[in-house]
Amino acid sequence: MGYGDSDGAAPVAVKILIAGGFGVGKTTLVGALTEIMPLRTEEELSGPGTGIDLTTGVEAKRTTTVAMDFGRITINTSLVVYLFGMPGQHRFWFMWDDLSHGALGVIVLADVRRLADCFPSIDYFERRKTPFIVALNCFAGSRSYDEAEVRQALDLDARIPIVRCDARDRGSSRDVLVTLVDQAIAVAESGPLLPSASGSSL
Amino acid sequence: MDLSDEPRRGNWFSPVVRPYALVRGRTKPAGDRLDVISMAYALRVAVPDQTDLEPEHLSLLQRCAIPMSVAELASGLDLPLGVVRVLLADLRERELVRIDRPTPNRVTDIRLLREVADGLRRL
Repeated sequence: MGYGDSDGAAPVAVKILIAGGFGVGKTTLVGALTEIMPLRTEEELSGPGTGIDLTTGVEAKRTTTVAMDFGRITINTSLVVYLFGMPGQHRFWFMWDDLSHGALGVIVLADVRRLADCFPSIDYFERRKTPFIVALNCFAGSRSYDEAEVRQALDLDARIPIVRCDARDRGSSRDVLVTLVDQAIAVAESGPLLPSASGSSL
Repeated sequence: MDLSDEPRRGNWFSPVVRPYALVRGRTKPAGDRLDVISMAYALRVAVPDQTDLEPEHLSLLQRCAIPMSVAELASGLDLPLGVVRVLLADLRERELVRIDRPTPNRVTDIRLLREVADGLRRL
């Protein structure tokens, strides 16, 4: 089967991104779902914020390496899903555009104890109009919370699902993925979410 | 433990040749943009003229005997994504590989999205 952009020799690939603050469990979530060992790929960057141009001189350039973990789920012989954990630190943001291009959707992973860590991700994907959901990774010892409370704290549109999960658990992580793809379907059917007239919080 | 944000510092087996020397400083691949999930596969052709190819070009060719994503190729060869993009574009220019790139409408193709959702539910 084909989707009009492949001659059938290679499977159709889609990518799903896992965003969120440092240490929130992005790699754990990738690891719970991938059929292969989580892989790591790297990008080398020359000085921050400058154009990369290594052709003009031999002087030592300061380089930074940013690593991304990723995994793969084969749906069938003609369809493969890749999961990418996005680099969370601000200085790597310019890589986000590249990764986000053509992404099916994004799981914004959040820790209720450090909710503010996921604000930048939410802002970014709201602006890009990329379908996303928020998954609260339930760490042992995290206090119980009320979904409405979290939604208000995140100033999150009522149409964007908030789910809770245990990123270490395959079933729980799979449910998060399914929720995201269902959300992507809803967005594809209705068009990108526009700010609701009554404001975005509950 | 989430280590994905941590830049890897130094490597016991750091290559003597910095990765970008491999591609003679080129950072922009020729031709279309290559996504991390663009799928590359070797085309069945006569033995490539190896005189202008680096060993890494040949390693890439071997690895994409079956279709392989750019990210997997970079990870497998332990080379930065940017370098692998340039090397793959070289191979594409020589018509040694074909690279299927994801099209933007893929993510709004409801039939495809449903197939993904159904497949994930069966996991």
